[in-house]
Amino acid sequence: MNGVHDMGGMDGFGKVEAEPNEPMFHSEWESRVLAMVRAMGAAGAFNIDASRFYREALPPEVYLASSYYKKWLLGLEDLLIEKGFVGADEVAQAHAFKTAKSLEHGKFTVDDVERVMTRGGFGRDAQGPAKFKVGARVRARNMHPATHTRLPRYTRGHVGVIERIQGCHVFPDSAATGAGENPQWLYTVVFDGRELWGPDTDPTIKVSIDAFEPYLEPV
Amino acid sequence: MTGHEHDDHDHSELSETELRVRALETVLTEKGYVDSAALDAIVQAYETRIGPHNGARVVAKAWVDPAFKRALLEDATKAVGTLGHVSRVGDHLVAVENTPARHNMVVCTLCSCYPWEMLGLPPVWYKSSPYRSRAVKDPRGVLSDFGVTLPQETEIRVWDSTAETRFLVLPMRPKGTEGFSEEQLAELVTRDSMIGTGFPKTPGAPS
Repeated sequence: MNGVHDMGGMDGFGKVEAEPNEPMFHSEWESRVLAMVRAMGAAGAFNIDASRFYREALPPEVYLASSYYKKWLLGLEDLLIEKGFVGADEVAQAHAFKTAKSLEHGKFTVDDVERVMTRGGFGRDAQGPAKFKVGARVRARNMHPATHTRLPRYTRGHVGVIERIQGCHVFPDSAATGAGENPQWLYTVVFDGRELWGPDTDPTIKVSIDAFEPYLEPV
Repeated sequence: MTGHEHDDHDHSELSETELRVRALETVLTEKGYVDSAALDAIVQAYETRIGPHNGARVVAKAWVDPAFKRALLEDATKAVGTLGHVSRVGDHLVAVENTPARHNMVVCTLCSCYPWEMLGLPPVWYKSSPYRSRAVKDPRGVLSDFGVTLPQETEIRVWDSTAETRFLVLPMRPKGTEGFSEEQLAELVTRDSMIGTGFPKTPGAPS
């Protein structure tokens, strides 16, 4: 979706300001949100792509005004309510009074913690040969799905070169909407800065994205 | 809204958020989806087990062991997996090498993708709108926000983490570290040097 989360190339946000001696969490609630997202994901309530999609789908003014973990909280609430794991009324009353929905991997307990400390694998068996070879020129498609996608707007319509083939991976555009993993070849595509930002751009800049095959067309 | 309420805005918003988080956790535990103790254990694991020290060990090893460096650049997940002292790492880790001709910098313009197992949880600036918006368009400007200046002719390669691949920058070994042990070298490797927004520390320089 063409949301405000797709920030590459936007102007006006100001300087990057690093906080000296930044703590891991700025408040305890942030750590609880992180843990709930990890636990409910591992229990099978949603996949990583769906959780990203629900954050992106927050109203733009909410997205921009919310801290990182606030966005995680709001996205998690929306996702769990929409998928029927909790009721909005239950959250509002801070008490469960409806029947629980079954979780694919069951209740999340301390025995499951080890599992969330290592990232899952997203590589899958190829459904066919890779369409593009290293060195091939490709154009990022001019596509604007209203649902989740990982093709940033700033690359769409622009020509780059395949630099690496990263294997065949779960396709986020499908997985986010519950349409299955639909594995696709994944490529590192490198763009010249001038191709993306115009001829006056610093010629030493190169930008790459990792793009799924359906995002690309031959040039 | 009165002026007074406006002044209290930050405070009341925080309290409201805290209540909301507690409410959700209560509902999830009452429904039997999660154990609160398991949530405690997740937080504790993040607080104690992951962090830039993991990445620093990998970088230091690559600086002293050319065969490991080759393996790391070839397949970082596999190479890191051979190190006993770094715990398991997820798939699709990619290490990218800085050279005098090329400087690498990592961003996630769409969200906040970051190599957690190598570097810990990302700092706020990495997840912030200024960094996500500008890193791909004006990387030299972003670097100057960090006080980093590169020669005009150095290529700057920005890696936008748009898929489940995760990128670790292998910075250049600082001068004056000949004869340093792996442990001494690891002390010089900063988190930002592995994101590409900084350099490793130089021995003897004020930190």
